[in-house]
Amino acid sequence: MKKIYLDNAATTPTDARVLQAMLPYFTEVYGNPSSLHAFGQEAKHAIEEARCNVAAFIGAKPEEIVFTSGGTESNNFAIKGVAYARREKGNHIITSKIEHHAILEPCHFLEKQGFEITCLPVDEYGLVDPADVDKAITDRTILISVMHANNEIGTIQPIAEIGKIARRRGIYFHTDAVQTLGHLPIDVDALNVDILSASGHKLCGPKGVGILYIRKGVRLRPFMHGGDQEQQRRASTHNVPGIVGFGKAVDLAKEEMGKEIEKLTFLRDTLIKGILSTIEFTRLNGHPIQRLPNNVNVSIAYVEGESMLLNLDMEGIACSTGSACTSSSLEPSHVLMAIGLFHELAHGSLRFSLGRQTSEDDIDYVLTVLPGIVNKLRSMSPLYKKEVK
Amino acid sequence: MEYSEKVMEHFRNPRNVGEIENPDGVGKVGNPVCGDIMELYIKVDGGIITDAKFKTFGCGAAIATSSMVTELVKNKTIEDALKISNRAVAEALGGLPPIKMHCSVLAEEALKKALDDYRMRIAKSASGKAA
Repeated sequence: MKKIYLDNAATTPTDARVLQAMLPYFTEVYGNPSSLHAFGQEAKHAIEEARCNVAAFIGAKPEEIVFTSGGTESNNFAIKGVAYARREKGNHIITSKIEHHAILEPCHFLEKQGFEITCLPVDEYGLVDPADVDKAITDRTILISVMHANNEIGTIQPIAEIGKIARRRGIYFHTDAVQTLGHLPIDVDALNVDILSASGHKLCGPKGVGILYIRKGVRLRPFMHGGDQEQQRRASTHNVPGIVGFGKAVDLAKEEMGKEIEKLTFLRDTLIKGILSTIEFTRLNGHPIQRLPNNVNVSIAYVEGESMLLNLDMEGIACSTGSACTSSSLEPSHVLMAIGLFHELAHGSLRFSLGRQTSEDDIDYVLTVLPGIVNKLRSMSPLYKKEVK
Repeated sequence: MEYSEKVMEHFRNPRNVGEIENPDGVGKVGNPVCGDIMELYIKVDGGIITDAKFKTFGCGAAIATSSMVTELVKNKTIEDALKISNRAVAEALGGLPPIKMHCSVLAEEALKKALDDYRMRIAKSASGKAA
């Protein structure tokens, strides 16, 4: 059976070239970069080269990049690190309702410790209004964190504008760029970003490695205590193969991102148009244009997401859903609720996230298979009968 | 979370999908908020459930439990049908993931409502005849 992976926003396959670059660092160059001998120094040289690559890719200086274990750690480090470092200055943090849980949960954790969190609403496309950010700022605000692009609906936020406001008001600005590094051009100066999170496995790099960009002069309180790695900002022996892999993934993105954006945007729009035109009672979630090149998120009325996902899986197609049925809370995706979807439509959402390996044939196959699945499920749906007959 | 083979089998080939014309009992449960809506139809003849059908909006477990409960009630007396619990439905499916147990509860509720509906109709027609 054909197998088609359209869940690249969850994770991507590690590119074979990335794996090749990593392999020597397991068995040949295995020294600890903190060691003074040649074994250690060779490993240190490799991680510093990766650091330079990553820094150059986002317009930063090498010393502004801290390697972490991934996106969640980077986000935790950013939110809690600023909160604890600036506690004397204030206790107010501004973020949005559609952030990843790796932002919302640290904020929730801080709330219990006396911090105040403002979660800004978004419009029907999932956009944060920079004017809302400006209005929410108080003299106690110490951090603004708004994601670069949303992982579920793909909406790209007006980061540069929000960053400009933050800068003018003298407040640190963090962005979660886990979905965008390697997929959209990023320049930390142009985006007015002070702190930025990213993760290796979303751009065909390995899992278990991420970065936090910290602009020179920005103070964060570390929460990994131990050795003095990463300029004493993050203790722990370096994940050398992971870091080398991250560097290689960024190298590849540097060369291929432009073409990839073009290709994926075309495939994305083909899939969106195909679904909306061949299946009635469907809608696109997220912004039609200000949107990640690899993200398709649709709601299909009268059917439930998990049952579509399982049927697609049986046909070899992997995707994801914002339906509550995949969570333990029984609540549908907070992102889909924030853009104002009715529960039925939130439960009936599917996300297809395209990747480097996605072909036009893959998209055609989805468009061939999906209508039949929807028909089958609608034929057993009590909602469809009532609305349509 | 992983579904048992039996759940997947019923999900793939659900039994008794549809509605019954002139049913003797109907049970409608669930709501769009929780994401599961079930409708269960039964036909009763001489105190025996001769046919059962369902329509469900919901996840894999919701569809599989709907399918299983229709299978379990067929050819049962009303008394025996009333004894079918959510656990029995889940067990017949080879178990459900813990977060999906509520789907079996929904199936039991749909059945109880359909049986209640049947008894109400009987009571009504009996009082109608008496009057």
